[in-house]
Amino acid sequence: MKLGVLFSGGKDSILALHKAAEKEKVVCLITLVSENKESFMFHTPNIDVTALQAEALGLPLIRKATAGEPEEELKDLEEAIAQAVKDFEVDGVVTGAVESVYQAARIQQICNRLGVWCVNPLWKRNQKALLEEVVAEGFKTVISGVFAYPLDKTWLGKQIDPEMIERLVALSEEYGLSPSGEGGEIETTVLDAPMFKKKIEVLDSEVEAQGNSGVFRIKQARLTEK
Amino acid sequence: MILVVDMNSAENPFGFSEFVLPIVSIAEKLEKCDVNHYLEVNEKSLNGYDKIILSGSALKNTVTLDQTARFTWLKDCGKPVLGICAGMQTIGLVFGGHMEKCREIGMTEIATVKANILFSSTFKVYALHNYALVPSAEFEMLAESANCVHAIKHKHKAVYGVLFHPEVRNKEVVERFISAFHVDRRI
Repeated sequence: MKLGVLFSGGKDSILALHKAAEKEKVVCLITLVSENKESFMFHTPNIDVTALQAEALGLPLIRKATAGEPEEELKDLEEAIAQAVKDFEVDGVVTGAVESVYQAARIQQICNRLGVWCVNPLWKRNQKALLEEVVAEGFKTVISGVFAYPLDKTWLGKQIDPEMIERLVALSEEYGLSPSGEGGEIETTVLDAPMFKKKIEVLDSEVEAQGNSGVFRIKQARLTEK
Repeated sequence: MILVVDMNSAENPFGFSEFVLPIVSIAEKLEKCDVNHYLEVNEKSLNGYDKIILSGSALKNTVTLDQTARFTWLKDCGKPVLGICAGMQTIGLVFGGHMEKCREIGMTEIATVKANILFSSTFKVYALHNYALVPSAEFEMLAESANCVHAIKHKHKAVYGVLFHPEVRNKEVVERFISAFHVDRRI
């Protein structure tokens, strides 16, 4: 089975990529760049870093811009997946969906129309266990966005480690947050992972935050030897 | 002891984690459970299990629907069975039903049409199918969506089927099935 991975550059899509690559051949990455900050499907603060991540992984990247209107962005995604089928002969598409039936159902519909497998290696996994796996596997993952109370700018740019996982789990119990950000509470950017041939070094960044909403924006970065 | 039957084909090595493990994570909180692939299940291998859950599978995976001869043990096993999506479809075919095209992908409203031990009223479920079962007269319908039959029970056996995926948003359906047929081995 040749697979394309829907790729935001966050921990879930890159962990899903690793799990897919354990069993089948991953041949390309697919990224939608949304202009809509409210998009339920594709918004992520450091989407431009996906080009560096793809280079670090040694995989071609299909990158498609979308205005991010609710139904139009699904047409754009379908076109991007269709391009992966045409250019790389993928038999299936991998997603990092864990709990979101909104995302999962829409991608299932597109894959069904195109006649390709829809693979969700993280589906329904325990969120704390997923965070622990990300750390245990050696991912260097930073918080690149916070969007819910009581998270604030102090979290931005920080690396996910065992202590942070405990704090996120405690907040999930107290405030009902999804510990791994399934409800859009946090966004992440992966700077290094086992399949990366090089790691990403952040040269310049900025934090833009107001109250319980903010992003850690990578302005300049490069690949360096591991 | 519960047996969860993996209904995924070898063609899709990811089906186990996506369609079987979520059921196991619900079931093992209530009782011990094992998983066997459908190709390894027969009358003899059912010994020691009190109840059986047949998993669902990916949209592109309809392999068990062409292999109903492998599931004839369903007719005489005498154990409670819950089939989920492909599991329900397979049960229905074994007992003489047939399939019809019916695509539902995503959250779908279904209505209970007959009182039963698994659910009641009208509620939303996660659907993931291109075909629905038209059950034989051996079954009674328990629930339906606007488009198709969503849950069935055999008229004389504890054999249930749900077309939706309860492991996604309705895990209480799996829990009620397990609890309803709980066997206390301490006695």
